This record gives sequence, structure tokens and C-alpha cells, in this order.
Amino acid sequence: MKELSFSTFLAVFEEMFGRELFWGLVAAALLVTLVFVVMVVRERRLESRRFLRAELTAPLGAVLAMAFVFWFTNSGPANIGGPIDWVILAAIAVAGGGGLVMASYVLMGLMRRRRRARAMPAADQRPGPGAARPLANFKKAA
Amino acid sequence: MSVLPAVPRRDALRLLAGGLALAAATQPASATAPVRSSARIVVLGAGAAGTAIANRLVRRLDGASITLVDKRREHLYQPGFSLVAAGLKPASYVVDGRTRDWLPAGVRLLEDEAAEIDPEARRVTTRSGTALDYDFLIVATGLELNWGAIEGFSLELVGENGIGALYAGPEYAERTARAVHAFAQKGGTAILTRPNTEMKCAGAPIKHTFLVEDIVTTAGKRDDAEIVYCSNSKVLFSVPIVSEKVRMLFGERGIGTRYEHVLKAIDPARRIAVFDTPEGKKELGYDYLHVVPPMRAPEVVRNSPLPWADKWKGQYWVEVDQQTLRHRRYPEIFAIGDVAGVPKGKTAASVKWQVPVVEDHLVAQIQGREGRELYNGYTSCPLITRVGRAMLIEFDYKDNLTPSFPGVIAPLEELWISWLMKEIALKPTYNAMLRGLA
Ligand SMILES: Cc1cc2nc3c(=O)[nH]c(=O)nc-3n(C[C@H](O)[C@H](O)[C@H](O)COP(=O)(O)OP(=O)(O)OC[C@H]3O[C@@H](n4cnc5c(N)ncnc54)[C@H](O)[C@@H]3O)c2cc1C
Repeated sequence: MKELSFSTFLAVFEEMFGRELFWGLVAAALLVTLVFVVMVVRERRLESRRFLRAELTAPLGAVLAMAFVFWFTNSGPANIGGPIDWVILAAIAVAGGGGLVMASYVLMGLMRRRRRARAMPAADQRPGPGAARPLANFKKAA
Repeated sequence: MSVLPAVPRRDALRLLAGGLALAAATQPASATAPVRSSARIVVLGAGAAGTAIANRLVRRLDGASITLVDKRREHLYQPGFSLVAAGLKPASYVVDGRTRDWLPAGVRLLEDEAAEIDPEARRVTTRSGTALDYDFLIVATGLELNWGAIEGFSLELVGENGIGALYAGPEYAERTARAVHAFAQKGGTAILTRPNTEMKCAGAPIKHTFLVEDIVTTAGKRDDAEIVYCSNSKVLFSVPIVSEKVRMLFGERGIGTRYEHVLKAIDPARRIAVFDTPEGKKELGYDYLHVVPPMRAPEVVRNSPLPWADKWKGQYWVEVDQQTLRHRRYPEIFAIGDVAGVPKGKTAASVKWQVPVVEDHLVAQIQGREGRELYNGYTSCPLITRVGRAMLIEFDYKDNLTPSFPGVIAPLEELWISWLMKEIALKPTYNAMLRGLA
């Protein structure tokens, strides 16, 4: 290739998915990452139990990503030829696995927050030791 | 928000603006300031090369008049023909929108055919009689498929009679897929040919051979099928190292080869193909025959003073300098794409490398300076070896391999990544090139 610059790269990806879909996907990925980061910063830590549970989805994400690429193209696992093919396949698996872990961590976090928010009046009457801090953080950040 | 570092917003903005200004200042002047010019530029053909150069010149020049001549209303993505002819994509995959839609605002498209080029008077006349005077002429008419040169062949035969002809266009590529799949059910002898001329994508007849073998194997009929590739010369591919690799793969896959066999005639009723060989005429029976006709420059070029007189006799490619693509006798004329009289280079990937060269030399001439960019013969061909694998072959005038991803994507290895490039990345790259962005 002649000009293998970043702008060429973007132009090719815009053509591949269509401009709207491509930037939509980029925005979605950035949004999930951003929410993830914000969540970690606000909660002041990576909630280990939630993260562990989110991690359980990693194999599913990895398999789904690989299956999607094979389904989308006229190819299958038997076509893996040389080392670079394994690298690409691993990258696809890592992207799928990592993406799903992050998405489910964020989703579980949001769901918990909503549950907390609904349970707030009761929590105000009988404050439990664990509930007070995250709630305070939530108010501060908002 | 608490996530942001504590930089006051106004300072952050100032920082950003400074960064942008710096980025702009370090860009080459040519990329930012268009060159003022009142030049009349005529481009013959709005295919891969004509469209790409128009999109780039519009950005480089301010005030020039750019006119394209092409009567074809739909843009064809020809590298996709091979996938259609294997039944992997529908014909609609290669009809890449309307010719007009790829062209930028500010250029004129004449839906007409160039009929005459007069380089002394610097004038092109179209079929309908419009005269176009030019200061610069870019010949990008592609090439002509000379089906008439194969005696007994007609395009109506394609699809039903054990005959394939994927070069003929989207519909014929689809019909070719029908013939291939019918053959894969029955078995028999498949004969695959290539012409004894320069041709666009010299890898395509080989890809088709590999794909036919793969389709027959998948259908479970490999034991009932003989597959034979007939080369026009003593080798399988013009680049020696690639030729050897193809020879080895053909050997592994049980694909037979015949050298110096040039298809001359067919007898569809008896299913016989007639070849010119060093030992005289030879007849081969077939159950599937893939026809690729001789290729030459279009009529308007053949009838003009532009072709080489002493090279490629009977093919009439435009006499240009190998490195600048400028005409050797008429300095205000350039040729890009399949019609250019250079060794190798008849692929869309070559067009991608040729277009910036011609752009540079043309704009330099307007500015009164010397052009700098040179074309090294870069040609590329993702050589499909089966559904799901390909070799990303790239080479130059000197028969050197010129891999885009050295040490990462091995050119002579059958890889899934190379297939992915062909199947999902090539068309977007091609489209980006048409827009002048790649
Ligand atoms: C089966 C097949 C497989 C291929 N595979 C690959 C591949 O894998 N990779 C790759 O890089 N390339 C591949 N190519 C090659 C690639 O498609 C061509 O090299 C490329 O399209 C050349 O561009 P061009 O502009 O010179 O010609 P074209 O794109 O053919 O355009 C020429 C244009 O000129 C017009 N024209 C003709 N005569 C006149 C006239 N008298 N007046 C005005 N206009 C005229 C035509 O209507 C046409 O629109 C393949 C080609 C084929 C057929």
C-alpha cells in the first residue's frame, strides 16, 4: 500500500461500514469505555466481585467475536494458515472477550445503582454500613 | 467532572488550538493551498483511474476546468468479479453505484465516448461530435476485451454450456458461477486459459483455477474431475518466484498444467477447445472451459498516434515513460491504469500508486517545477488459493516482491488474513482510492 497513514485507515473503515455506522460503533465503544472509567473513578475502585462476575462473560465474548468474523466472511477455522492468522484470531478473541467484560461490568454497575436508587427511602431510614459511601459518592459526582 | 485533570477550560482550549496550528504548519504546503490554474484538463474514462485522478486534481487545483468523458453509467468494481464467479457474492456486489456519484462537484462528466484524439491540435472529439480542447490530457480508458478473437465463441454461450467468462462483466461472472457449480456436480475435465497478451489482473485466471478446484473438492467430486491450467508461455506467472510457488501449489492440489497453449477457437457443440501451441494446433475436450480473451487498448487509442510503435504489437498500449507515466512524445499527455504502456501494472492496486505520480507531475508542470514522484511498477494481486485463503502478492518492475507488511504478512504463504483483505478490505480500500483518499 502506498499511503498507509491514519487518515487512509479511517477512510477505509468508513467505506467498510458506511460513515454513520462506523462512527456510531466508535462512539459506542468510547461510551462504554468512558462509563467504565467514570464508574471506576467514582466508586474509587474496581468492584472485585462485580468484575469477577463480568469476567465470566469473557469466553462467551471471545467465541462470539470469532464466530461473527467467520460468519460474516466466507471462511472458517480450517482456513487459519500461518502465525499471523493466529495472532489476528487471538486479537479478535481478546477484543470480543474484553469488550463484553467491560460492557457487562458497566451494565451490572448501572443495574445495581438503579436498584439502590429505588431502595433509597428504606436505606435512609436504616443506613447499612456498606450503603452509605457509594451513595455519598454518587451525590457528589452528580 | 472530577475525572478531568484540573486544567482551566480556557487554557485547555488554547492548548488544543495551538496543537492544531502546529499540525497545520507542519503539513506540506501542497496539501493545504490549492494551486491556482486555468488549465483545461480532459480525462478519458471514469473507471478506477479516471475517477481517482479527478478527485485528487479537484483538491489540488483551483480554477482548472476538469472534464471526464465516459458513457458507462455504472461503476464496476472489477476485482470482485472473481468472487462473483465462484458464487460467493451476487452480481450486485460489483456494481459499485453510478459513475457520476463517485465524481466530485466541480468536474464535468460527458456521458459520451471519446472517438478521436488529435495530439497535435490538442483536441478530443466525442462520438456525438463534441470537440474538447485541452491543455492536459489523461488517458484512462482501460482496455478492450477482444472476444471476437476466439473463433466460435460468443457471450451468449456463457453459463449454460460448460463455458465461463468472468472477465465479461457482473452478469457473466454470475453465469460463470452457474457453469462452475454445474461442473462441480458432474465432474469431467475443466480447462482454464489465459490470453497471450498483457492483461488486467494476470492473477485472476489462476485464482479461478484454484477456486474451481476447491469448489469441486467441497462438492465431493474431486476424484471425478481433471483440472488443467493452460498458460500462454513457458511459466505460470510473469514474476519467477510467484510462478514457482504457483507451480508447487498446483502440484499439491493435483492441478495439471499445459505451457504455451493459447486458446484460438472453440466448438461448443462438441465441447472442444482449439489451442495454438509450438507444435501446431491442439484440441482439448472440456466439460468446463474458462475463456479469457486477448486484450488491447480501446479503439480510440488504437486509431490515435499515442501507442508504442515497436512494443506490444497489436495491443496498442500508450507510449509513456515507465516512471512518470507521461507520454514520451506529447508531454501534456499522461496515461494511467490498464491502457498505459508499461510492463506489469494492470491492476487497481497499481492505479493507486500511479495516480499520485501523475497528479504530482501535472501540478508541477502547472507550477513550472519538476515533478518528483516516480512509479516503480507496483502491482498487487491477492492470489486466492481456496475459499478462505489467499497469498498477498505484491511486486514491481524488477520482479522484486514488495510486501506492504514485511515480516508480518508473508507474501508467498496461503493465509486467512490475506483472504480477509481480499474479501472485506479490498473494496473499501478501492472505494477510498476512487474518492482520492487512499
Ligand atoms: C476479473 C478481474 C479481476 C481483477 N482483480 C483485481 C485484483 O484483485 N486487484 C486489483 O488491484 N485489480 C484487479 N483487477 C484489475 C482492475 O479492475 C483494473 O486494473 C482497473 O479497473 C483499471 O482501471 P482503469 O481505470 O484503467 O480501467 P477501468 O476501471 O476498466 O475503467 C476504464 C473506463 O474507461 C471507459 N472508456 C473506455 N473507452 C472509452 C472511450 N473511448 N471514451 C471514454 N471512456 C472510455 C470505460 O467505460 C471505463 O469506465 C481485476 C480485473 C478483472 C477484470
